[in-house]
Amino acid sequence: MSSQTIRNFTLPLSEQEIVSLKCGDVVRISGTVYTARDAAHKRFVQALEKGEPLPIALQNAAIYYCGPTPTVQGEIIGSCGPTTSSRMDDYAPKLLESGVKVMIGKGKRSPAVNEAIKKHRAIYLAAIGGAGALYKHKVTSCECIAYEDLGCEAVHKLYIKDVELLVATDSHGESCLK
Amino acid sequence: MRTLQAADIIIPLSEKIKYALTHVDEHALALLKNAEAKERAPLCKWALGQIVENDELAAAENAYACQDCGQAVLFVSVGQDLHIEGNLTDALNEAVRLGYGTARKSVADPLTRRNTHTNTPAVLHYDVVAGDSLTVGYLAKGAGSENMSRVYMLTPSKGIDGIVNSAVECVRLAGSSPCPPVLLGIGIGGTMDVCARLSKKALLFTDAPKRDDERALEERILREVNATGIGAQGFGGEITALATYVMTAPTHIGMLPVAVTVQCHSDRKFIANF
Repeated sequence: MSSQTIRNFTLPLSEQEIVSLKCGDVVRISGTVYTARDAAHKRFVQALEKGEPLPIALQNAAIYYCGPTPTVQGEIIGSCGPTTSSRMDDYAPKLLESGVKVMIGKGKRSPAVNEAIKKHRAIYLAAIGGAGALYKHKVTSCECIAYEDLGCEAVHKLYIKDVELLVATDSHGESCLK
Repeated sequence: MRTLQAADIIIPLSEKIKYALTHVDEHALALLKNAEAKERAPLCKWALGQIVENDELAAAENAYACQDCGQAVLFVSVGQDLHIEGNLTDALNEAVRLGYGTARKSVADPLTRRNTHTNTPAVLHYDVVAGDSLTVGYLAKGAGSENMSRVYMLTPSKGIDGIVNSAVECVRLAGSSPCPPVLLGIGIGGTMDVCARLSKKALLFTDAPKRDDERALEERILREVNATGIGAQGFGGEITALATYVMTAPTHIGMLPVAVTVQCHSDRKFIANF
């Protein structure tokens, strides 16, 4: 992967930027993402169904499927690689409907999620599973903002800097994961 | 008869767990480097490069190689001539609790999903063996890969082809989800529970003596799994599995149980003697 082929983007992505990205592109991303795993997704969706307010604004948001190791003294965050995205497949369409534009995780999505990505002109980016020590150095700030009782599954607001990711499902619903 | 204080294994075992979680197994790392050199698909080569960089960085900084430090799976072989004073199971769990000190706590009640906050209890498998030593094998088992593991209750007529096809199907269905390139533990024979246990044991005791037909089976499964084209991270490439390890046990004349444990590339394990 030569550095010339990698384009740089800052979150939130504009619709024009999202549409320009194609499956198989490697991009370098900086900006704000929110961590959420199964338990946080469940709460998001329950809140949406009840019409209750959410702890984060979903419009144009980027969600990172990640439960980091605890932060130890002097560190910004612990190891923080992606978790398996398919576990969030039951919840993802509802979040896309509510404005989420970027999802970051690992592994293939269900046909229903890929269809919802297409419908809402969003994008799914694949991070490298098992590279948590590497990503730890790409996070410049980390703040727990909701569901602290969930421990590692709490929602954290992260600022990520220059993270190389693969466009795994593009806004046309095309997926390149096996 | 040799006597061992159970409490004496706690600190050394916990130190080894800490080390294992930050240092991916040497052999697995060598296989990853070899895969990076050999892989021709650019996206997979890129992914493998990131993985190797991650593992070297983790070791250099004593950082957790992966945030999923897994559930601790321990294979404990107790020599029948060894006398253990104190509660061995408690000591093993205490070693796990300490070893996972700053690691992510990933163990929860299956119904309430309440986290135990200690990463215990560990999954413990005991064997009684000859001699007076205590051997503890440790495997960090992450969920992403374990969720893709499977048991196949084949009939004997399915034979060797059936075993190979099961392993390939398991990997194909797993696709990009278990963090390929993976290592495969394949337990064959016994009963449903025995083959599942063997599939874990095979991943840990990789130097166990093997028959020629077991080795041939390992090679054939590796070849056919890598022909799936899944590749590193499911990006489409030539190397989906780094290694396959077969372990067998006699089974009923009417059965051919096969278990496939899928282990991610972040292979964290050790065998310690006390």
